[in-house]
Amino acid sequence: MLKNPENSPRFVVTQLNAWFSAHHVLRSVDMLIRDREVTAIIGPSGCGKSTFIRCLNRMHELVPGAKVAGSIQLDGEDIYQSDVDPVLLRRHVGMVFQKPNPFPTMTIRENVLSGLRLTGRLDRSTANSVVESALRRAALWDEVKDTLDKPGGSLSGGQQQRLCIARTLAVDPSVILMDEPCSALDPVATARIEDLLHTLKASYSIVIVTHSMQQASRVSDRTGFFLSGELIEFGDTDRIFTAPTDRRTEDYITGKFG
Amino acid sequence: MSEQRKHTDRAYEQDLETLRQRLLMMAARVEGMIENSIRALVERDSELAHRTILSDRVVNRMEIEIDEMCLLILAKRQPLASDLRFIAYSMKMVTDLERIGDLAANVCERAIALNKEPMVKPLVGISRAAEIAEAMIGQAIDAFVKRDVERAQAVLDRDNEMDAMYRDVFKEWLLLMEGDPAVVDRGIQVQSVAKYLERIADHATNLAEQVIFMVAGRDVRHHGKLTAPVE
Ligand SMILES: Nc1ncnc2c1ncn2[C@@H]1O[C@H](COP(=O)(O)OP(=O)(O)OP(=O)(O)O)[C@@H](O)[C@H]1O
Ligand SMILES: [Mg+2]
Repeated sequence: MLKNPENSPRFVVTQLNAWFSAHHVLRSVDMLIRDREVTAIIGPSGCGKSTFIRCLNRMHELVPGAKVAGSIQLDGEDIYQSDVDPVLLRRHVGMVFQKPNPFPTMTIRENVLSGLRLTGRLDRSTANSVVESALRRAALWDEVKDTLDKPGGSLSGGQQQRLCIARTLAVDPSVILMDEPCSALDPVATARIEDLLHTLKASYSIVIVTHSMQQASRVSDRTGFFLSGELIEFGDTDRIFTAPTDRRTEDYITGKFG
Repeated sequence: MSEQRKHTDRAYEQDLETLRQRLLMMAARVEGMIENSIRALVERDSELAHRTILSDRVVNRMEIEIDEMCLLILAKRQPLASDLRFIAYSMKMVTDLERIGDLAANVCERAIALNKEPMVKPLVGISRAAEIAEAMIGQAIDAFVKRDVERAQAVLDRDNEMDAMYRDVFKEWLLLMEGDPAVVDRGIQVQSVAKYLERIADHATNLAEQVIFMVAGRDVRHHGKLTAPVE
């Protein structure tokens, strides 16, 4: 039994295949990603986790020679249809990366607004409210509200990552993809991000790639285990980490070799 | 049962193996205690009864050691899936084993009291009940070692046999006591022994259930042999 079956599907991934030139890195992946849930993607290095989430906002195709087949529907629409503007899609489906990557010389305020600035000018009071609201949702406001004009690079690693989350939230996405967002952070900063995820999932659909089984089990509602480009097992996180069905999942999460 | 794979981290593998060995040693001790407690009673050997009561301290210490070991593994390794179930059920199993040790010591106390009085009659029913209880423990531990759900299930099936045995012994001695007030004291002691054995069997049942849950998470689903681990 899946928990929260009432949460509506956002992404319906069907028979997704992906390549880097001749290298076939995702193989016939089917997955359903629901609203107001955190979906964790786990698996060994090179199994295709990053590629998978980069297919969800069409970033995969930015690599020369990259190819995608199969279908990904977001809220009922095929995101790979020719009339879909990938730039608009990426505003809708935001991404947070492994290493905090604020623009180091831009101020904190400009960093938050950087995604919006690309799409047009804002008047000052709208800009201020966007900055405050995004920083609040990223649980960073209290720490930076008096230093908004300091450079983004002056923040700690954990604060920088939350700044990147604020930048992603500022463009008002409905899905947030995170590729190992805590791998460069200490346990306290990690706990802050995880706490943030619990809050954010009330309003967003979140997909997080992580190498920490403990993190996946703490933050996510569903977990997908990838191995060599295949989705081996997908289900309720509580079940996956206590009683996985597939032997390969069991071996991976308990750290065994065959 | 499926073969066990090893952990990439050999120190972790070693920790789990040590835990498994300790559990087995504790189980063997406890089995020995039941056997000795019944011999002390049937063969009227109070010296053996005293020694067996003393050995309960070792079992109590083993419980504490194993619990600490489990806590340490939980803290160090944050085990998941079958490892997590193994640790969680090990902590439950030591509690049952420790209780069984206590009950065997209780049997010994009754044996010491009974041995001071003349024998009323040979304790045939009690011996039989003790054999069943001991076999149930042995099978539960064997099921644990071999991760064998069917063998654990067999332990559960014997619990009824044990209950029937207990009722028989209880009734038999009730009749004896009704017929002869002089045997009432000894009768009550024998009935207590029967009760202890019945409770030992209950703990053996717990052990078997724990084995099923520990293994079942994966293997039951894998082979589809059982739809529910236990009823
Ligand atoms: N830009 C690229 N060009 C060619 N091959 C690539 C590229 N990026 C990744 N790959 C290959 O695609 C496969 C999947 O890579 P991907 O980055 O999706 O793995 P991952 O699961 O995210 O791994 P990690 O945990 O190390 O981040 C790997 O075999 C990798 O070598
Ligand atoms: Mg990756």
